Amino acid sequence: MNRLLPVLTILIAIVAFWYAMAIHMNAPWQNQLNARADLVDVPFTEFAAQTWAQDKPVLPAPHQVVAEIWNATVGLEITSRRSLAYHGWITLSATLLGFAFGTALGVLLAVAIIHNDASDRSLMPWIIASQTIPILAIAPMVVVGLGSVGLTGLVPKALISMYLSFFPVVVGMVKGLRSPEAIQLDLMRTYDANGWQVFWKLRWPAAMPFLFASMKVGIAISLIGAVVAELSNASGGGLGVRLLTGSYNGQTVQIWAALFIAAGLAAVLVAIVGAAERWVNTRMGARA
Amino acid sequence: MTVVSAQNLGLTFPTGDGDVVALSDVNLTIDKGDFVSFIGPSGCGKTTFLRTIADLEKPTSGTLSVNGMSPEEARKARAYGYVFQAAALYPWRTIEKNIALPLEIMGHSAAQQAERIQRTMELVNLSGFEKKYPWQLSGGMQQRASIARALSFDADLLLMDEPFGALDEIVRDHLNSELLKLWARTEKTICFVTHSIPEAVYLSTKIVVMSPRPGRVTDIIESTLPRERPLDIRETPEFLAIAARVREGLRAGHSYDEDHV
Repeated sequence: MNRLLPVLTILIAIVAFWYAMAIHMNAPWQNQLNARADLVDVPFTEFAAQTWAQDKPVLPAPHQVVAEIWNATVGLEITSRRSLAYHGWITLSATLLGFAFGTALGVLLAVAIIHNDASDRSLMPWIIASQTIPILAIAPMVVVGLGSVGLTGLVPKALISMYLSFFPVVVGMVKGLRSPEAIQLDLMRTYDANGWQVFWKLRWPAAMPFLFASMKVGIAISLIGAVVAELSNASGGGLGVRLLTGSYNGQTVQIWAALFIAAGLAAVLVAIVGAAERWVNTRMGARA
Repeated sequence: MTVVSAQNLGLTFPTGDGDVVALSDVNLTIDKGDFVSFIGPSGCGKTTFLRTIADLEKPTSGTLSVNGMSPEEARKARAYGYVFQAAALYPWRTIEKNIALPLEIMGHSAAQQAERIQRTMELVNLSGFEKKYPWQLSGGMQQRASIARALSFDADLLLMDEPFGALDEIVRDHLNSELLKLWARTEKTICFVTHSIPEAVYLSTKIVVMSPRPGRVTDIIESTLPRERPLDIRETPEFLAIAARVREGLRAGHSYDEDHV
């Protein structure tokens, strides 16, 4: 209860602020509309209601966005091209595939880096350089390039997700696999353990907290990667396409609805990784 | 039978500002069944010597043999169990799984593992704590678990590097007398690094006094105390006489007064 109260307070404050801003930002257009319709001296409450009910508002009111989300998910067949559930699923599948690729690639690179000094020096600069390139610039090239060799649909988008999500995993896992203390490594040496045993019985379990921290970042940017990749290929569908068509047509309500679905999706995905982390922690004997 | 034999052993660490001589001209023989303590101030090379026996450091001069082999061969033959200053238990493993770690690595069967875990946990009085995680145990119990882990694969030589250094004196007394009982029951050879004079005298059949800069042996004292040692043996004149000789050796080898003012 004493956690619920502050959370609710903040939520109410945000919603109140949002409604206020909706009045403020939609007022100029509403004034024009009212002038054209020869409406004068509209009382403030009525005016506010008008600004919250525009067709293409500058800032849609929260209830408009909620209504749009409801209509575009529950209110439509899942197969409809206008269904946000349909587009959300397209984005989600690219996100998950890219995240799986990215995590696998990140772990592999980290293993190579900690076991080989040469690969540490030769790989790390490239890995860091890869993240300095704006994803918005590289995504269309990858999507269009792969499309020209006949690779379309899920895979190109998943590759962009992978491109973003492998990075936190490499950085976290290099740190994690190197986290065992000298004394724990010495212990393995006194048993004459081989490299394989040192890895599976010491380095890998020691790296688990780092892996989950990295995966939480990784899955969120995986979603961003998928959305950005969708912007370059409007025919493929996905939340990115809804954002794009929404902005072409001035459908701000549609944009916001897609944004909220994407944000909600990311929150759920991060929560799932968090739940997996807690499950692994319990199995590894962490303090309750 | 000789377990450890060092002749003119030396070890020099190269560092940024010149070489550090950690060990210089160490000559020592340790026989089977001995309880040997290494005592000296920090920097005297006692831990380094233990680590060279364990093949965790390589000597730069002289010869060292363990069980008649080179230290590396002895390590690969799993000739010794090593107990570190900290318990170094893996936090994600239960106590029994920690003790099973060397057994897993050395390829013992599940049945053998279970039998040895039970036996060594009894030996260190930890029965009943098999399923606990390290953080659920006190520091003294963790260190006992790490001793059980070193004993589990039945090496004849036990190397202990200040295993009770971080524990309070009451727990330490208790573990010391338990260690003596364990030594009597298992007939192992034990090398024990400490910086406590009473601990060294109470435990050992042989006390090696070392001094720093460079790390060297200044005195080797054969204890005249009986093998059976109740805790109150520490009040006897014989005990005090040996302690006095150790203190003398420390003073002669290392001038605390001149260096540290």
